[in-house]
Amino acid sequence: MAQSEFALEAKGIGRRFGDFWAVKDVDLQIRRGSIHAMIGPNGAGKTTCFNLLTKTLQPSTGQIILNGEDISKLRTSDVARKGMARSFQISATFTELTALENVRVALQSGHGSAWRFWSPIRSIYSLNQRAEELLEQVGLSAARDMTSAELSYGKKRALEIATTLALEPEVMLLDEPTAGMGHEDIEPITALIRKVSAGRTILIVEHNLSVVSDLSDRITVLQAGQVLMEGTYAEVSSDERVIAAYMGGVDDAA
Amino acid sequence: MRIALILIGAALALAAPFFVYPVLLMTILCFVIFAASFNLLLGYVGLLCFGQAMFLGLSAYIAGQILKTTGISIELAIMAAALVSAALGAFVGFVAVRRSGIQFAMITFAFAQFVYFLLLQSEFTGGEDGMQGIPRTHLFGIIDISDSRTFYYFVLAMTVLAIFVVYRVVHSPFGEILKAIRDNEPRVESLGFRPERFKILAMTISAGLAGFAGALKATVFGFATLTDVSWTVSGEVILMTLLGGLGTLTGPMVGAGIIILMNDELAQFGEWALIAQGIILILVILFLRRGVVGEAGALVRRMKARRAK
Ligand SMILES: Nc1ncnc2c1ncn2[C@@H]1O[C@H](COP(=O)(O)OP(=O)(O)O)[C@@H](O)[C@H]1O
Ligand SMILES: [Mg+2]
Repeated sequence: MAQSEFALEAKGIGRRFGDFWAVKDVDLQIRRGSIHAMIGPNGAGKTTCFNLLTKTLQPSTGQIILNGEDISKLRTSDVARKGMARSFQISATFTELTALENVRVALQSGHGSAWRFWSPIRSIYSLNQRAEELLEQVGLSAARDMTSAELSYGKKRALEIATTLALEPEVMLLDEPTAGMGHEDIEPITALIRKVSAGRTILIVEHNLSVVSDLSDRITVLQAGQVLMEGTYAEVSSDERVIAAYMGGVDDAA
Repeated sequence: MRIALILIGAALALAAPFFVYPVLLMTILCFVIFAASFNLLLGYVGLLCFGQAMFLGLSAYIAGQILKTTGISIELAIMAAALVSAALGAFVGFVAVRRSGIQFAMITFAFAQFVYFLLLQSEFTGGEDGMQGIPRTHLFGIIDISDSRTFYYFVLAMTVLAIFVVYRVVHSPFGEILKAIRDNEPRVESLGFRPERFKILAMTISAGLAGFAGALKATVFGFATLTDVSWTVSGEVILMTLLGGLGTLTGPMVGAGIIILMNDELAQFGEWALIAQGIILILVILFLRRGVVGEAGALVRRMKARRAK
């Protein structure tokens, strides 16, 4: 794999729903090893961008390049195998599985064990140690045997990050990891993201601007499906258009 | 506690044919397997197959035909018929599995109607009259089990085997992925799996088990009829599973037992059996969301929690 400067690039990606372009002609260049934030008012197309980048949605136009390789034609599961993993805006855990099992599912990815319908579950207890390490990393050791349904919202988000980390992704896409969290949960999650960013490239959608300024090296501002501007936090936060866009449509609730 | 329950269950199952008409017991056992096969899909993968009877009924005819024409030993005929149903399940799964929810249910329903039509039209099935005179050949080709009490123990052993298979699948690494798919399919896909493949294998196993139940049932009664392929049986198994408790291992067994006993009691009243089923369904939906076993489990947990305080 050629170590290109950018871990992830998008060239003119767009997606149409009927006559409506949710994302239009978006270019992105995510520098290897950086934390790159994507911000913009609700409905700007941030989640749709994530869905396109991970191939959850088929792009109507454009190209996606991961580590120099065109992944535009791959399916979601293959994108994950290529080292790009994501979390979801609406918390995505396996509600009736325990925290340990949640993480173990991800550890089974690409492990032949997943097909063994005749083996007792004991046969994958060898994955438990790694799963426990991951839970510890996100501060969920005590929740090991609780089902995800029993966890608080903040802990569910942490569990989702642990599950994503289990894939050991080079590139991680986090869709509003602090959305809906109380203040007490935001600080630990921010610290966690900073911790796991070592040796990784992270693209994060985030509404909380203090988190954005805290974490990100560069910021892309999206508005009405298009890139409004890209720059550092200082550049972006002082830009007239960004201020106008935010004043025009900001709604931190969702 | 659990071991005690299992032992009591085993003792009851072994003693039962001395008190209850064996054919009724065997019918229950066949439906226990059938409901478990359905529950494997709905309870553990979240797939509502509204055509489960096609696997039951097809296999009943196949086993019947094999036994009538070849005279091979009974366990081989049952296995062969179950494999045919498993193959049908793989095929239906291949077509249906990309759809979810109601669409999946409708596709499986359409397949089941098609299978019904084919079996109605085929020569070998005897059409409307059904297939009569299916013999109980010797077990392993040597052991005579045709006496109904002996045969009951054979069916009981087969049921234990089938339930063990379900248990094994549900508590396997594969089963863990199935449950994850049930809880959040897009998430499973984003973790690098192809959920549709897992669902096809789950359907194959489920159809094989349903076929196993159907073949067994054909040997119990000595005949196979179109009723076994009909959509009412596909509906009945949904009722059994919901009544007993979706996604629990014992729930569908209990549900199958209750429904079969009730049908047996109400048979003399004709249509009343159907009306009673309808009423039960409504009551379950209103008051027993988790089914008999699910609610009982929840009750025990609540009592334990109270005692812990
Ligand atoms: N599957 C879909 N079908 C139709 N419209 C969609 C779909 N997904 C997103 N949209 C629309 O695309 C726009 C962008 O949505 P989204 O990407 O979720 O915004 P953001 O994450 O920035 O809040 C919204 O107007 C939304 O209604
Ligand atoms: Mg969004």
